[in-house]
Amino acid sequence: MLTLSPDSPEALSSGTSDLATLSVQGLNHWYGRGSMERQVLQGVDLEIQPGEVVLLTGPSGCGKTTLLTLVGALRSVMEGSVRVFGEELKGSSRQQRQSLRRSIGMIFQGHNLLRCLTAEQNVQMGADLLPGLGFRARRDLAREWLRLVGLGDQLGKLPHDLSGGQKQRVAIARALAAHPQLLLADEPTAALDSRSGREVVDLLRSLARDQDCAVLMVTHDPRILDVADRLLQMEDGRLWSADRPPGGAGLR
Amino acid sequence: MPSLWPSRRIPLAWLLLTRQPMRLAVALAGIAFAGILMFMQLGFRDGLFEASITLHKLFDTDLVLISPRTTSSVAMAGFPRRRLVQAMAHPAVAGVSPVHWNLLSWRNPENRATRSILVLGFEPLDPLLQDDSLRRQTPLLSQRGRVLFDERSRQEFGPIGPWFRQGRLIETEVAGKRVRVVGLVALGPSFGADGNLLTSGETFLWLMPNTPAGSIELGLIRLVPGSDPAKVAADLRRQLPQDVVVYSKQGFQDFEKNYWATSTAIGFIFTLGSAMGFVVGCVIVYQILHGDVSDHLPEYATLMAMGYPLRDLLGVVAREGLLLSLLGYGPALAAALGLYGLVRSATGLPVAMTNGRALLVFGLILVMCMVSAGLAMRRLADADPAEIF
Repeated sequence: MLTLSPDSPEALSSGTSDLATLSVQGLNHWYGRGSMERQVLQGVDLEIQPGEVVLLTGPSGCGKTTLLTLVGALRSVMEGSVRVFGEELKGSSRQQRQSLRRSIGMIFQGHNLLRCLTAEQNVQMGADLLPGLGFRARRDLAREWLRLVGLGDQLGKLPHDLSGGQKQRVAIARALAAHPQLLLADEPTAALDSRSGREVVDLLRSLARDQDCAVLMVTHDPRILDVADRLLQMEDGRLWSADRPPGGAGLR
Repeated sequence: MPSLWPSRRIPLAWLLLTRQPMRLAVALAGIAFAGILMFMQLGFRDGLFEASITLHKLFDTDLVLISPRTTSSVAMAGFPRRRLVQAMAHPAVAGVSPVHWNLLSWRNPENRATRSILVLGFEPLDPLLQDDSLRRQTPLLSQRGRVLFDERSRQEFGPIGPWFRQGRLIETEVAGKRVRVVGLVALGPSFGADGNLLTSGETFLWLMPNTPAGSIELGLIRLVPGSDPAKVAADLRRQLPQDVVVYSKQGFQDFEKNYWATSTAIGFIFTLGSAMGFVVGCVIVYQILHGDVSDHLPEYATLMAMGYPLRDLLGVVAREGLLLSLLGYGPALAAALGLYGLVRSATGLPVAMTNGRALLVFGLILVMCMVSAGLAMRRLADADPAEIF
C-alpha cells in the first residue's frame, strides 16, 4: 500500500480554524468593469477540515465554479481571505499560487486527460509533481493508483480507447497521485451514467479519506449527495448550509 | 534496481509529436523541403563560385600578373609581355610563363555548330598547369595548328574524347582556321567557359592575328622554393609600372570569385533563394507548432492547474521545435546529397557537400524551428487554468 504522509503540519490536526485545510472568510468577487460589473460571490465563509468531504450544490451561474477557481489558486483573490493549508491567497504571487497548486488536486467536468498519453502516463504526470522520487518510483506509483481505481489492466490504453467512467477514474488517479491535501472536483459525474457516477464518487471518497485529503465537490447530481459529510448550497453568490442528506451515509 | 536516469520525465514533447503521425510527417516534409531548398541554393551559389576558378586552381604558379583592365576570366585584357621579363630580374623569381587567353569560336566536328571555347596559348616548353598528362603532351603542340582538347568540356563541343580514343583524326575549325586535336587533357568547364583548348602561343597568334605584338593576358611567375610570395608580390608591385596587377595564386582565384559574387546577380539570387527557403520553413514549422499548441491548449491549461509552471510548458514547445529540427534535418541532408550528385552529373558544376554548409543549414533549420517555437509559445499565454473548470 502507499505510504504517503502530508508534508504540511496543518493537515495533521483538525478542529481549530487556523489548522483547517481550507478557510474562506468574507470572500467577494466581481466580473467585468464599470457598468458591466457583476458580483458573483458575496461574503462567502467556508471552512473544511482535513479528511472532510463537502458537497456544494446550486443552480448554474451562482458562482460555484468561481469559488472553486479561487480556492484552487487559479484566480487571484479580490476581496476577503482565502487560506489554503494556512497560506493566505489574497495578495499572493503567481509563483506562490503555482507552487500551492501542486498540493491541490483537481478533477474536472471533462476529464481533461492528455490525449497523447496512455492512462499510465497521464497518472504519472500527476506523480511527476512529487519531489525527490526517481522515474521508476513515480511510474510504480502511477501503476499503483491505476490499480486502486480498478484500471490495473488498462495501463497502456490511450484516453481515446477508454469509456467515460474509466477516463474519469484515470483523472481521479492522476489527481490523487500528486498526493494533494485538498481535492477540488467540478461535477465529476456529469458525463457519466448513474452506475459509473456512483462508483466514481464512492472511489473518490474512500481514497480521499485514506489520504486524509479534504474534498470540495461541486455537483448537480442528486444521486451522490449521500457521500458528503457536509452539504452546502449556493445561490446568487451566497453560501448556505443545507441539511444533511437523508440516510446519513458516510457521516464522520 | 537503481534507475539510470532518476529525474526522467514523461517525454511529452516527443509523444505530442509522434501520436499524430500524419501531422508529424507533414511537418517533417515541410522542414526537409525548406532544408533542401537552402542546401540547393547555397550549393549552387558555392558551386558556381567554385566553378569559376576550375582553371585558376590548376595553374603551376606562385604569383600572377594580369592587366588592371581585366575584370574576369571572360574579359581578360592584354598587357606588355616585357613586364614578365622585368619580373625575372627579382632574385626570388625562378621562372615565368606568358599565357595568351581568349574565348574563340569552336566548330563542333559532328554537327558543325559553333560555340565559344576558352583557348590558352602558351610556350610548349614552359610549365603551365600542375598536370603530368599535359607535360607529356606539350611537345605535340610545337607544330602550328595543333591543339589539346579538354575532354571534360561540355558535350556541345562534340564527342572529341571518344573519337580521339577510337583513333580518329579530328580536325575542325577554331576562329575560322583549321586545327587538329592531338591530345586530351582533363580540366573541367568553368562558369565563364564551357570548354577549354590548349595550344601553343604561336598557334594562338595564328588563330588571333590581330593580337598586338608582345601582348599577353596572363603572366605566371614561379618563385624559388622557400621565398615569401607576399613579400615578392609587394616588391613586384613597387618595381613594375601601373599597367600590370600582381596577385598571389589564391588572390587570383579570389579576384575571379569576387567578380561573380559582386559584379553579377548570382550571389544575390542564390542567397535570396536560401533566405526564402528559411522563411518558408519558418512559416511551415510555425503553422505546425501553433496548431499543435492551439489543439492542446486545454491540456496545457490542465497541466498548469495541476501545478506545472509555465516554464515547463514552454520547455515542451521548445523541445518539440528541437525534435522537429533534428528529425527534419536528416531527410534534408540525404536528399541534398542525392541532388548534388544529380547536379554534378547533369551540369559538371563542382557542387559538393561541405562540412561548413552541412553545419550552416543545420543551424538555420535549428534557428527556424526555435524561432517558430518561440512564436508558438505566445499562444500558451492563452492557456488560462481558471478557464478549464
